[in-house]
Amino acid sequence: MLRQIEGSRAVAEAVALCRPEVVCAYPISPQTHIIEGVGVMVKSGRLSPCEFVNVESEFAAMSVSIGASAMGARAYTATASQGLLFMTEVVYNAAGLGLPIVMTVANRAIGAPINIWNDHSDAMSVRDSGWLQLFAETNQHALDLHIQAFRLAEELSVPVMVCMDGFVLTHAFERVDVPSQEEVDAWLPSFEPRQVLDPDNPVSIGAMVGPEAFTEVRYLAHVRQLQALVRIPELAAEFETAFGRGIGGLVSPYRLEGAETVVVALGSVLGTIKDAADALRDEGIPIGVLGITTFRPFPAEAIAEALEGARQVVVVEKAFSIGGHGILGADVSLATTGRGPSVYNVIAGLGGRPITEDSLRRMMLQGIERSLPPLSFLDLDSGLVERELDRMESERRSGPSAENLLRDVGTVPARAS
Amino acid sequence: MDDQQVKFYQVGSFAVGNRLLDGGKHTVQADRARSNSLTSGHRACQGCGEALGARYALDAAMRATEGRLIAANATGCLEVFSTPYPETSWQIPWLHSLFGNAPAIATGMAAALKVKGRSDIRVVSQAGDGGTVDIGFGCLSGMFERNDDVLFICYDNEAYMNTGVQRSGATPPAARTATTEAVGAEPGNVFGQGKNMPLLAVAHEIPYVATATVAELHDLERKVEKAMSFRGARYIHILVPCPLGWGSATSDTVRLARLACETGVFPLFEAENGEITATSKIRHQVPVEEYLRPQGRYKHLFTPTPRPEILKKIQQLADRNIARFGLLAGSDEAELVGAEGS
Ligand SMILES: Cc1ncc(C[n+]2csc(CCOP(=O)(O)OP(=O)(O)O)c2C)c(N)n1
Ligand code: SF4
Ligand SMILES: [Mg+2]
Repeated sequence: MLRQIEGSRAVAEAVALCRPEVVCAYPISPQTHIIEGVGVMVKSGRLSPCEFVNVESEFAAMSVSIGASAMGARAYTATASQGLLFMTEVVYNAAGLGLPIVMTVANRAIGAPINIWNDHSDAMSVRDSGWLQLFAETNQHALDLHIQAFRLAEELSVPVMVCMDGFVLTHAFERVDVPSQEEVDAWLPSFEPRQVLDPDNPVSIGAMVGPEAFTEVRYLAHVRQLQALVRIPELAAEFETAFGRGIGGLVSPYRLEGAETVVVALGSVLGTIKDAADALRDEGIPIGVLGITTFRPFPAEAIAEALEGARQVVVVEKAFSIGGHGILGADVSLATTGRGPSVYNVIAGLGGRPITEDSLRRMMLQGIERSLPPLSFLDLDSGLVERELDRMESERRSGPSAENLLRDVGTVPARAS
Repeated sequence: MDDQQVKFYQVGSFAVGNRLLDGGKHTVQADRARSNSLTSGHRACQGCGEALGARYALDAAMRATEGRLIAANATGCLEVFSTPYPETSWQIPWLHSLFGNAPAIATGMAAALKVKGRSDIRVVSQAGDGGTVDIGFGCLSGMFERNDDVLFICYDNEAYMNTGVQRSGATPPAARTATTEAVGAEPGNVFGQGKNMPLLAVAHEIPYVATATVAELHDLERKVEKAMSFRGARYIHILVPCPLGWGSATSDTVRLARLACETGVFPLFEAENGEITATSKIRHQVPVEEYLRPQGRYKHLFTPTPRPEILKKIQQLADRNIARFGLLAGSDEAELVGAEGS
């Protein structure tokens, strides 16, 4: 059924349709509307049987999900930003134990400076944890990816993280097609756990493993991710047959025919990127876009194939490894090494900085001219940075940089001196 | 169990041996049909109080639940010595996740059982003192506050033993640990710090709280079985001497646990819904020195220079426990430790 609803609500509906049995919640913006939405459905009895557990921290939220999943219950939670970092130890643990928990991450920057707005630093910080990571481009994607996530997680016994841009998607009202309970029930079988705690058949889960087998345990986790590389496109195809929407898969190519320049990105920014690319295409410039839906496992082969024929690739991403390079950028470079294209990495949209079509157009033109540096920052106010560097140079106790910058841009009144 | 009058004592303590009791009152451990939840072959040190405590407590819980028990376990000695891959000593369904989340893991298990309508299967969660009073405290307090249907057992050996005997929030004053060495003006752990976890549990007003030791088997088993008769959050804090961390003889584990009670250092009590309902009386108060002297962690109180002023402070703490919990008042035979109704 077509409905005009908030992205968070769409996700709450999708999650409820998947009949989770234990939902754990600890509030953090911009995830709150999702868990509130699921919570009210449990409390009203619409989603039943389901236990909705209000916990004291994200660390507990993921722990409760582990306990529930190991008892054979379908478990769901959601978080963002500081919350994801607060539960990081347990995020790794869930993957290490191979428990098929599904979690929404409403992507948000990480402090300090504290910032509630969107970027991808949170999800990127746990990219090596062993979770599958799917990125939604629109609210319809977010809704559909959640339904696929439960099936994928449970088939492979691996936890799945569905990432959606905080506020940009979670708080946007858009038209979405919400499937019926019958449709989802027909597509998603009930949870048949690979390992379960059962008094009639006692097992020990989470035993200590030393050097004699640790590598193999980790390698098996890698193998399961490689299996996901095969299974994800198959599931997307099955999903399309059942629901009539071709959403999901590893990558989503856009106007790649004959494209000499390709922009690669994750998440909602793809919409603006496609608009900017359309405008250039109209001017006869062969440019295309490659959206990455599955970031972990990393679809290196699918990306390399999609970029076959491109002379230059611009990777736009909302996170970076400070002191190093872009994260998606590095992965894409590796995937295309020896296969031709020059890869330029552009960091954009940190802490909610708007990524405008104008700026993207300028970036694309520079990419086409091959005049972009290997790593650059979109719309960086270099004057602001220079002034702070000067202050730090001239004065030992220059004070907190964040506050100095705000004073400089006029958000905080200048010090009376 | 009903009270049983017992007239004579021959066991060198005030505990009553199985031989003196009616058959129906024998301990779970004395029953050949006990479940051996934590079975032999594990890697605990000789004389490990924690291994004893876990076996006693879980076998009693197994009997109380007719074998329908699931356990969550925090990181620590109990986890490490019981499950070196690919072996396990656990004969019950058991899950280890992390050091600080055992109470929340159990909450998830209980929630799953509730949603599946499996009220026959019960959940215990267990940790050392560090996993309970320090790193697991937030999750434990949350589990208590929500009154989740979990029995949480703390095996208190008064330090982080698994990592090599470092101080925890349950380490007593003056005790030497690797991070409170017996050097300087205030050797060992300082006075005036630490958490009284059993009383913190009582303050959460959960259905049942009890303290116990590995010296009083009847008492420990009775408390576990009683805990399993309640629904909601329950807490049992068991003192489990650790020969390695305490610097004590491996044969002294049970004796030290008993002395901890008889000196007043470790009061035994029960509480229901925030009110203390029972205490185990001390028949003859033993001076703390008898408890401290056999323990290497207190060696600096006796040699090379005796430190009577520190002993005095520890004695005062024991006396305070005795006064606070009324441990000496009106003791009579029916209230003897281990003789039921205690
Ligand atoms: C987050 C985290 N911090 C520290 C450790 C290291 N660690 C493992 S067990 C342990 C001590 C356990 O002490 P306690 O809970 O008292 O149990 P015991 O070994 O004494 O029985 C520590 C510090 C860890 N595993 N995880
Ligand atoms: S160090 Fe202590 S608690 Fe750990 S196994 Fe040895 S005796 Fe038991
Ligand atoms: Mg300890």
